[in-house]
Amino acid sequence: MATYSTNEFKGGLKIMLDGDPYAIVENEFVKPGKGQAFNRVKVRNLKTGRVIERTFKSGDSVEAADVVEVELQYLYNDGDLWHFMDPASFEQHSAGQAAVGDAVKWIKEQDVCTVTLWNNEPLTVEPPNFVQLTVTDTDPGVRGDTSGGGGKPATLETGAVVRVPLFIEVGEVLKVDTRSGEYVSRVKD
Amino acid sequence: MLSAAANSDPQLASFDCRYNGPGAPADGRLWLQTSPEFAMKRLLAAGSGSIYQLCRAFRADERGRRHNPEFTILEWYRVGFDHYQLMDEVAELATLLLGPHPEQRLTYRDAFLRYAEVDPFTADEADLRACAERWDVPYPKGLSGHDNWLDLLLSCIVTPALAAERFTFITDFPASQAALARIREGSPPVAERFELFIGGMEIANGFHELTDPTEQQMRFAAEQAARTAQGLPAPTTDRRLLAALAAGLPACAGVAVGLDRLIMLVCGANAIDEVLAFPIERA
Repeated sequence: MATYSTNEFKGGLKIMLDGDPYAIVENEFVKPGKGQAFNRVKVRNLKTGRVIERTFKSGDSVEAADVVEVELQYLYNDGDLWHFMDPASFEQHSAGQAAVGDAVKWIKEQDVCTVTLWNNEPLTVEPPNFVQLTVTDTDPGVRGDTSGGGGKPATLETGAVVRVPLFIEVGEVLKVDTRSGEYVSRVKD
Repeated sequence: MLSAAANSDPQLASFDCRYNGPGAPADGRLWLQTSPEFAMKRLLAAGSGSIYQLCRAFRADERGRRHNPEFTILEWYRVGFDHYQLMDEVAELATLLLGPHPEQRLTYRDAFLRYAEVDPFTADEADLRACAERWDVPYPKGLSGHDNWLDLLLSCIVTPALAAERFTFITDFPASQAALARIREGSPPVAERFELFIGGMEIANGFHELTDPTEQQMRFAAEQAARTAQGLPAPTTDRRLLAALAAGLPACAGVAVGLDRLIMLVCGANAIDEVLAFPIERA
């Protein structure tokens, strides 16, 4: 079992605490000149996203979490699980609702997602930063209005709803920033 | 900076170096000083009178926003001073560099009573743990030792609570944290030791120096025993310092100032790396 000493602590390091995988967010070394040294760390639970604080005696060791980030292609949803594949090895992984989370709003077949694997099981799924999706429903477009002012809601093929400019029509393909959930531009064929 | 002996304080880790050239010690090992105190006390015993030194010091295993394993100490000794007079002089230096600031002097006990609401001298380990819980301070599993608990509360509750814009001297440490300071009899006995805090950082550590060679030898032996118990390496005990104390160290007070941290305050730096040419990762 791999372990890390507090001397190896730094932002991003993945460790196990109380049976859950965590990522170190912040690591502060404190020590009275002639006293015991401690590492005060902020850690993010990789399952829940919650950030908590922990203190370690400097020199102590903690178990490493077997957590890796991989780029996987989204294949399909069978109604229960979302299936992904490593495009290089063709190895498949299936992720449940908890792991996929908000990514379902944005991903469609063949999109390449960043999947965090813990002990080889998907823990979280990050959609690509930008996705291209077709508008399936929106109020009729207002021709000639390119001011970008105002806007209206549009439903995309994945079911996500984004605010778009008034000139957007059903059937158009849009580029959307998944981090902010905002419309970026139209995609010209 | 190289010495045939090292500080045996279990909380300080020394770098050791191989040396086999002419004049090498029998074990071929020299230590980089964790502070210049032993060497300077030998000079004081030899009749140097009041002395100062600006030098590098080295501490293995210390690295963080305010720590680098190699750093600079300004250390001086005043013959005939006690720690109160020396505090005045330290405050004068800090004022010279940082401008006038309100000053506060607190005993270790009062600082804990005021900022952590716990009496460090009467609380047992369970009380100190309860105090950490009350202040929502996470603590390591299995933390034990009264002084280790006090160090946790000092670092995580008391120090952050000290007003940043004030010079705060904390005095009269627990006798168990005397290091090289005299212990003043009383109930409880306290170490005649002080620390200066500015901007949430420990800036200086001073002692009304222990001059009794027997007492010093006992402390060294206790430190070596603690190291053995904790499975830590036992560095060579400084026999030359003990011999100097036996020959007679004049009554004096001494202080070590973390110069890099003082410079951080002068230039408003947030991390020690900003005032070092080459932090350890780029050394």
